[in-house]
Amino acid sequence: MKKTYKMQNLDCANCAAKMETAIGKIDGVESCSISFMTQKMTLVADESRLDDILTAAQNAVKKVDRACKIIK
Amino acid sequence: MRNMTRTQKIDLAKIAASAVLFAIGLATDIIWFYLAAYVIAGYETIIDACMGIINRQFLDENFLMTIASIGAIYCQEYPEAVAVMLFFQVGEFFEHYAVNSSRASIAELMDLRADFAVRIDAEGNEETVEPEDLSIGNIVLIRPGEKVPVDGVVTEGTSTLDTAALTGESIPRDIVPGQEVISGTINLTGVLKIRVTKEYDDSTVAKVLDLVENASSRKASVEKFITKFARYYTPLVVLAAILLAVLPPLVLHQLFEVWLYRAMIFLVISCPCALVISVPLSLFAGVGSASKQGILVKGSNYLEALSKVDTFAFDKTGTLTTGKFAVTEVKVARPEELNEAQMLSIAAHAESLSTHPIAQSVVSHYEALGTAVDKSLVTEYHELPGKGVFCKMNDSIVYCGNLTLMRELGYTGDAPEASGSIVHVACNGFYLGYIVIADAVRENSAATIAELKRLGVGRIAMLSGDHRQIAESVGSSLGVDQVLAELLPGDKVAAFETLTDSRTKARQKGHTVFVGDGINDAPVLARADIGIAMGAFGSDAAIEAADVVIMADDISKLATVMQIARKTLRICKQNVIFALVVKFGVMILGAMGLASMWAAVFADVGVAVIAILNAMRALR
Repeated sequence: MKKTYKMQNLDCANCAAKMETAIGKIDGVESCSISFMTQKMTLVADESRLDDILTAAQNAVKKVDRACKIIK
Repeated sequence: MRNMTRTQKIDLAKIAASAVLFAIGLATDIIWFYLAAYVIAGYETIIDACMGIINRQFLDENFLMTIASIGAIYCQEYPEAVAVMLFFQVGEFFEHYAVNSSRASIAELMDLRADFAVRIDAEGNEETVEPEDLSIGNIVLIRPGEKVPVDGVVTEGTSTLDTAALTGESIPRDIVPGQEVISGTINLTGVLKIRVTKEYDDSTVAKVLDLVENASSRKASVEKFITKFARYYTPLVVLAAILLAVLPPLVLHQLFEVWLYRAMIFLVISCPCALVISVPLSLFAGVGSASKQGILVKGSNYLEALSKVDTFAFDKTGTLTTGKFAVTEVKVARPEELNEAQMLSIAAHAESLSTHPIAQSVVSHYEALGTAVDKSLVTEYHELPGKGVFCKMNDSIVYCGNLTLMRELGYTGDAPEASGSIVHVACNGFYLGYIVIADAVRENSAATIAELKRLGVGRIAMLSGDHRQIAESVGSSLGVDQVLAELLPGDKVAAFETLTDSRTKARQKGHTVFVGDGINDAPVLARADIGIAMGAFGSDAAIEAADVVIMADDISKLATVMQIARKTLRICKQNVIFALVVKFGVMILGAMGLASMWAAVFADVGVAVIAILNAMRALR
């Protein structure tokens, strides 16, 4: 399943790249693309585990930039 | 600097305060001014750096900048320590500002969505609602100057629509009841009532906005390369800095402070931000500038691929040609007795009672020249199936038809060499001449092909279902290199594959583009490296099928999008090369003790600013 989420306070392009790599490694995530320019994350992931995946993704994002949030 | 957010204004105030204190420090050489400037500029960075340590993000830029400035303080280079922090803030500020303003200007280009819609209920009451709240069958009132909120059909009123925001063409379109209207266009003159045929989410405007918004999620390989590069670049430069600080003092027993200072130069340069921001920014701006021209590029990767195209394959009908039959040539047998206009008039009157498309194109060509056909002049009329028509007009006997008909009438002249359908005209037993009707080539097809070749496209091919003779004559008149004719609809994919195969054998690396109308050639569009649909305005199927969508029915946009792609990728390359050369240059000079911290600050912040400014050029 493919879904797009808005990102809040995504301030640096390199951070976006780091988050993209970190989220891509989460179990159940097939692919993740974060566009720094549009402040959006496109996630292809296992739908049945979506809630867990999103929580893990939010944690990964926080680690890189504590102000950044995924808006569900 | 008008559109700054509150945080940006606060940042700017901090930068200004810090800069003033720094200047006083430089003038008076009192250490407290430096310290104040350092704290004002850097406290947030230092807090973020501590948080980074807690989260084990050691190569975070805040952390690196903090270490570099602390190192400079240790070496008692106070002005340098302040400069690192202050200019780091300046760079960050500028980066945010540039990114925000380019986002805003692209959002402005894409300002297609109506802010509201006026719905009319059964009693005729008006109600203002969001475009999303409209449902199929609702009646919507659109006043002059307002945007069409959703796709629909006109039920009342006539007007003209400005489609420029979608197509990039500023030709207003006339609209009358019964016609479809496309969302995102602007109603110019009259009040319209439309019946909603598609909800907002299925309307053209939502689809177009979605495509452009999501284009940046399909990343170009240059973008992927740069993020991958950044992943290794920072740790390696930091490692080099550590070795630089430790090894020479330990091994060569040199002064620790000297080498620590040199190592700090490396840390300042280790941030890959200039690179990482400038590439997606350029691509984003390139996609935006194409949208402004009514060209939707569905991904940064396609923009990149377009810059490396070596073969263009065109569908003939409807792409290189208009897809409509029209008179392309009028030839009289004896110009001294009867001119072209006179013969055309005879033929148009004779054909005026026929419903055959070829007959109608003769009539419409004649009427387009300024005179209406007077059907009452035709006194007797018969159709001769498979041959043509016969009529009596002003007591003259007129025959219009094919060569078989002329032969029956005793004409012995040569068959003319022309591509298309030929209508011969005879009157009172004399052969007058002939009219050629063909699928007219677009006015700018030849010029566009020449322009594509000038831009470095090695080969132009044409795919057509037409007879070989017709296809080849069109092809050679346009400067097409290779013509594949007499293809059944199902053969086109196979024919296209022979093109790409022959290219692979010739070991050419460029991409192959297919350009079609997107309606009956969707399989070829899908098969091509880049499928471009032309004249997609109002056609959902075409917008879905292609990788690049040209909304206007204008072939010259192909050259436009090629130029945008070239320019954008050239900017990306310039930025990458410039940033790397400066960074490595300063690192080498720094390691040898020839560059100061100031040079490092330039290599970091200065390069980022220049790269961003360069990236913004892609918008123009």
